Amino acid sequence: MWQDLPLWPNRASALANRVDALFIFLIAVCGFFAVMIFVLIFVFAVKYRRSKNPVPTQIEGSLILETTWSVVPFGVFLIMFVWGASIYMVEARPPKNAMEIFAVGKQWMWKFEHPEGQREINQLHIPVGRDVRMTMISQDVIHSFFVPAFRIKQDVLPGRYTTTWFHAIKPGRYHLFCAEYCGTMHSGMIGEVVVMEPATYQAWLQGGTGEGSLASTGQKLFQQLGCSSCHRSDTQGRGPNLAGVFGKPVLLDDGRTVAADENYVRESILNPGAKVVAGFKPIMPTFDKIINEEQLLSLVAYVKSLAQPEQREPVSNRPAVTPHSAAATQRKQ
Amino acid sequence: MHGSTEVVAGHALEHHFADMGQQRAAATLGMWVFLITEVLFFGGMITAYLVYRVAFYDAWKVGSEHMEFWKGTINTVLLLCSSFTMVLAVWASQVGKKNLLVLFLCITMLFGIGFEAVKGVEYYNHFREGSVPGQFWHLDIEGADVPHVQLFFVIYFVITGFHALHLAIGIGILGVLAFQAWKGKFTPYYNNPIEITGLYWHFVDIVWIFLYPLLYLISRKHT
Amino acid sequence: MATVAAPAVERENYLNTDYGIRSWLLTVDHKRIAILYLISITFMFFIGGFFATMIRLELLTPAGDLMSSDTYNKMFTMHGVTMVWWFLIPSIPAVLGNFLVPLMVGAKDMAFPKINLASWYLFMISAGLLLYVMLTGGIDTGWTFYVPFSTSYSNSHVIAAGVAVFINGFSTIFTGLNFVVTIHRMRAPGMTWSRLPLFLWSNYANAVIMLLATPVLAIVLVLVALERAFGIGFFTPQLGGDPLLFQHLFWFYSHPAVYIMILPSMGVVSEVVSTFCRKRIFGYAFVALASIAIAVLGFLVWAHHMFVSGMSAYAAMVFSLLSYCVAVPSAIKVFNWTSTMYKGSISMATPMLYAMGFIGLFTMGGLTGLFVAALGVDVHVTDTYFIVAHFHYILVGGAVMGYMAGIHFWWPKITGRMYSEVWGKIAAGVIFIGFNLTFFPQFVLGYLGMPRRYHAYPPEFQVLNTLSTAGASILAVGYLLPLLYLLFSLKYGEVATDNPWGATGLEWRTTSPPPTANFEESPVVTWEAYDYSSIPEVPVAR
Repeated sequence: MWQDLPLWPNRASALANRVDALFIFLIAVCGFFAVMIFVLIFVFAVKYRRSKNPVPTQIEGSLILETTWSVVPFGVFLIMFVWGASIYMVEARPPKNAMEIFAVGKQWMWKFEHPEGQREINQLHIPVGRDVRMTMISQDVIHSFFVPAFRIKQDVLPGRYTTTWFHAIKPGRYHLFCAEYCGTMHSGMIGEVVVMEPATYQAWLQGGTGEGSLASTGQKLFQQLGCSSCHRSDTQGRGPNLAGVFGKPVLLDDGRTVAADENYVRESILNPGAKVVAGFKPIMPTFDKIINEEQLLSLVAYVKSLAQPEQREPVSNRPAVTPHSAAATQRKQ
Repeated sequence: MHGSTEVVAGHALEHHFADMGQQRAAATLGMWVFLITEVLFFGGMITAYLVYRVAFYDAWKVGSEHMEFWKGTINTVLLLCSSFTMVLAVWASQVGKKNLLVLFLCITMLFGIGFEAVKGVEYYNHFREGSVPGQFWHLDIEGADVPHVQLFFVIYFVITGFHALHLAIGIGILGVLAFQAWKGKFTPYYNNPIEITGLYWHFVDIVWIFLYPLLYLISRKHT
Repeated sequence: MATVAAPAVERENYLNTDYGIRSWLLTVDHKRIAILYLISITFMFFIGGFFATMIRLELLTPAGDLMSSDTYNKMFTMHGVTMVWWFLIPSIPAVLGNFLVPLMVGAKDMAFPKINLASWYLFMISAGLLLYVMLTGGIDTGWTFYVPFSTSYSNSHVIAAGVAVFINGFSTIFTGLNFVVTIHRMRAPGMTWSRLPLFLWSNYANAVIMLLATPVLAIVLVLVALERAFGIGFFTPQLGGDPLLFQHLFWFYSHPAVYIMILPSMGVVSEVVSTFCRKRIFGYAFVALASIAIAVLGFLVWAHHMFVSGMSAYAAMVFSLLSYCVAVPSAIKVFNWTSTMYKGSISMATPMLYAMGFIGLFTMGGLTGLFVAALGVDVHVTDTYFIVAHFHYILVGGAVMGYMAGIHFWWPKITGRMYSEVWGKIAAGVIFIGFNLTFFPQFVLGYLGMPRRYHAYPPEFQVLNTLSTAGASILAVGYLLPLLYLLFSLKYGEVATDNPWGATGLEWRTTSPPPTANFEESPVVTWEAYDYSSIPEVPVAR
């Protein structure tokens, strides 16, 4: 019978233990206060009932008591706050060398792309014991990537990438839900996360469709769309050389500096006029409505791959920006 | 002290107030409270404007270049003058000069109508220029961040549209008051409608005093 | 109950001065407007309740087999929209507040009686528009109208529903405006701020929130409607907007709106607990100021609805900390009510049962609020049934319990009749049991990971969902009972005395029901709030 009535969710990520510990602490503290209030109300209601205690004792109040029950709960609240925030900060900062998976949410399915090129729908295969970073975007409305067994949830927005990460500790199959209401088949936008032993995962990867890695798909697209005619790998292009750009600060023509992250690369493809690199003219056409989110992801993956150390070469046609001068230009703003 | 007032005001005291003083205080507070809700209403829009201005500064610069600086300035002057004549109208009602009251109410209305006319011409020019977002959009701004320039104009039209609507309501109320004043409804003892309409009118002016620099001045090229 | 011989000739009161439909529809008497509101929101409550019933029936089985998913989505949307704007927000302010604020301050009427009536008409127009939306296909965006779903993807009556909420907002603003001005300007001689009943303090705080928050909702809805009607981008990212800006503006209204729903109930509970303990409320000043503190802090916590929305982690920390701050004044209130019972002379009449239910259930709702304010836990439980259970403990266990306490407490004053005490107690018990059975399992469901707004769900959640549905059917009976025995009492109930509970407020020092002008002669207050020494004990039900 108890299989039919689970009372505690699966605990399949490193984070789940930390969240559960805080949750149990909250139950203990709040349970104590709730029981205290219930017992007091019950005891008073019986002890001071009118037939027993016909004349009430008028009490004005007590500054000491008021102070106590303001300060003590607030102190307890601060413990909860710090504890909760410390977990959140771990969630908000994906580890540097996590393996990366891209996700596209659309009404009403999840599409996942592995860096090795595997694509899947409503199923996500990942190895146990590795940090996995999700970079996600929606093609239409807001969705939310929710894996209860990992205790993580992140809204998936249209128009910009959001990220989350997890570290699975137990092989198995776990629910994947869309947690932000997204229309007719919201409750059908579910899937499963399959956590596999590393060896099994490798075998699964081998059995893939073999279209080549995401970055190489991006590279092909980069050629096809003609990007490479301006963004040349030397200094003669009409657009900036993209090698080594990703992850670095970029100086813009209005003097501001932005970090070249996934969202910046995406925006530069769809809305090139928004943030033009200093020293270049706003001549790039928009690729909005020409390429879809999945193609965009492969282009982002390609630009990202260009930032790998072995491919980095000195780029002379872009103004050098050091963190110091970036801060200085921001101050000038 | 209000005993004599009641005799004079007679019909003007509503049944549930103790005296004219209470009635006047209640009406004035009521208008202030209402204006606070209006601050929040416009505040929501101005917040959106400022948030997006920080985020899409370049687009905001492009959009601002399509504002007609001189028409905005003329409108500012018109509204400031109308506030002055509104003050004079309140004064006239307090000292019981009926004809002056009607005159100042009408002049205030005329300034308001002048503002609406100039605003109308501005809207028409935007329409011809193609800077009305949606299907009439055909503004030629090569290379600029077009979606966000459109966003600038969406906010511009919503915010100035609501301001113009508030002003139009004010003009309507002034018309009714001018008619009532002409009929001799207001006396030095009963002029609260003039006073609280004055509060409303000044509020609508003040909103414009915020909108004018935000829309016409701060993003202009410093030439 | 001591029998008091009914006067041979009925005294003139606000109900019998005038008859006929005109005398009601054109009335400017705050008491009659309160009755108009009472009838209207009761009707809307049962409409919202119908949708809730449909939701619970669908969730009886894991498969989505009772209705299509589109229909289900419309059910929960219309349940939320109806209950939030057409029942909870107007419930205590527009019914009990309208009736009691002038009586409690010792005035003849609200400061602006015509605006008060206009408020009801706006309410009715908006309700009519909402019913039109319901009957012509409904709306399926969720009560939160999240963009870009509401602006570009939904195929339902988003604009009409938005206009309905917009008009409804004006009715709220008018009510709030009247409260603030009446409490400031219409107090009887001697009714100082420190003598104000706590019901007025909480309704004052509440009116301030109504006035400051509702205009922001109005502008957000205008922008959503414009975006949907003309395809101009404001929030939709494909058109250059930012959906998070919508969420910020929406919750800037909607979080304070939660306090709009709960604060008036807190005021009712303060009155009821004091009366049935025959004791001045413990720490009067702290309870009063806690209402103001909630109103102020309530405006600073809106983004705690958005911890997983993709906003900055540092902003999330600030909002988490502020959310813990707003919990403090609520805790102060709970401790003070409980302490008021200490050494009181407690009568367990129906209103007191509801008030005790309120304290218990509100405490649970508030304590689970601490769970969702903790960032790490919120990431897991937000948008699940944990949240659904949490806010139903606040809004049904709290706000509706308080409303029921108030309706029973002031029923003799409003109608001049006593309801059946036995049935009152039975109903209070049924509601308490039904409520807990409905919503407690949802806490477990939520932590297990069942997302909200799901038409179908994995089979392992079935046992808990069945429990919840069973509880909902008990709750439905619990809400139908008062409808019956209260209506019954109008004709057959014992005639009420002027002060059947031995309470201290000004409203109890006039006749039941009060005359149109409220008092025979304008009252002058010379006593402190909750001074029971001047009130003879009335033998009420134990």
